[in-house]
Amino acid sequence: MLGVLVALLGVVPVQAQKSAADGIAEYRKMLEDGNPAELFEARGEALWKQKRGPKGASLEACDLGKGAGVVKGAFVELPRYFADTGRVQDLESRLVSCMQALQGFDAAAIANTPFGRGEQDNVTALATYVAASSKSLRFNLPQSHAEERRMYEIGKRVFYFRGGPYDFSCASCHGEDGKRIRLQDLPNLTKNPGDGVGFAAWPAYRVSNGQMWGMQLRLNDCYRQQRFPFPGFGSEATVALGVFMGVNAKGAESIAPSIKR
Amino acid sequence: MNTMKMLDRLTPWVLACSLAGCASAPPSAELDQQAVAAIKASFRDQGIAKVDRLNQDLGQQACSSASPPPPEVAKRIEEQALASIRWPAGGRYIGDWREGEKLAQNGRGMTWTDASAAAKDNGGSCYNCHQIERKEISFGTIGPSLWNYGKLRGVKDAADPASLPIVQYTWGKLWNSKSYAACSNMPRFGHMGLLDEDQLRNLMALLLDPKSPVNQ
Repeated sequence: MLGVLVALLGVVPVQAQKSAADGIAEYRKMLEDGNPAELFEARGEALWKQKRGPKGASLEACDLGKGAGVVKGAFVELPRYFADTGRVQDLESRLVSCMQALQGFDAAAIANTPFGRGEQDNVTALATYVAASSKSLRFNLPQSHAEERRMYEIGKRVFYFRGGPYDFSCASCHGEDGKRIRLQDLPNLTKNPGDGVGFAAWPAYRVSNGQMWGMQLRLNDCYRQQRFPFPGFGSEATVALGVFMGVNAKGAESIAPSIKR
Repeated sequence: MNTMKMLDRLTPWVLACSLAGCASAPPSAELDQQAVAAIKASFRDQGIAKVDRLNQDLGQQACSSASPPPPEVAKRIEEQALASIRWPAGGRYIGDWREGEKLAQNGRGMTWTDASAAAKDNGGSCYNCHQIERKEISFGTIGPSLWNYGKLRGVKDAADPASLPIVQYTWGKLWNSKSYAACSNMPRFGHMGLLDEDQLRNLMALLLDPKSPVNQ
């Protein structure tokens, strides 16, 4: 796999001279045949079914919003309101709730674990599995509960909130069509940016650093580059942003897990 | 956030709701407050990036929505920004365009993974958003192209008094971009201490020196 990636990476500069964006798109297309996200997906499926944690239980009774144990179709309706926790949750924070309730893991300890380590790494694999089970389905977040509608409004305000030494908000980069940072295309997240773009593309495998990223890490790194302080895992602001982006993406086809530069 | 905290936060809305007859959603101003409370509760310090970065000044607050602030507010932001500009010591505006190009290429600084918040450790991040030197094809498009910036503005000699208005405008834009556009997307490099005077002089040279590749 590594040899293949290196060989493909070597192709990029040549294509970049022809047409940078086209070259990158072509490169991504080539990589789709061997997306390492599949390894995370397989591990996530095994983790879902495996009896684990202090309670020695699997996650097969976890309700992701469509009833206990229903995985297919759950991802494209998240974040949503859950009566048992009394709040709107995104995929990753919901998985952690299930890991606590069913398996006896400490949710706060997982939330404080750095991405890619210990149970946090397992959450990413599980999220990849759950997302992959909705591949090619279209986003359709529920907005019937008052708390879901409130969280959309909070998410909109979080999206436009300017702060930090650079005066950036999410909207500084993701508020208009057709913009780029360097050569990286930026989706306009104030509306449906299209099939498999923005919210409909994560979790994704990042070729540049060889890491699998869920939406929580995607948002975390956005905020790092926004020069903000550190957003808590599953925090209200991050979940509200998920509601805002997810509702805006209504009708967009999910391609998660995707592959990124 | 625990349930008690969430109830505390919802109380004013619930009260207003019961007094005024229940609407389907809390009113906009109440949501504004809830959003700020959610943001304050969601972030923590990490390295040099402390939560005080969430304390908004007038401009940040007024430019935090999909619609621009009212004209009188925008005017006040611009006036305050203009008054904040510190003009360079000795009236020396122009440095070395080669150093300016390096700064323009450098997108580092001020994140929680950076060790220092000192200006000397920061880049200008200019290419992230602008085309500048035409040979560099990896440029962003959030800001306008700056290719031929000085040439297009008729700057044949940046030290010529005839060039002073555009030289001063450019310094002001780099020092505090909000001087000319209240909700500009561009950081306030001088005002926020992101770059020091010498670094700004080098960026000035990149844009305005007739010998700079930008003006070829």
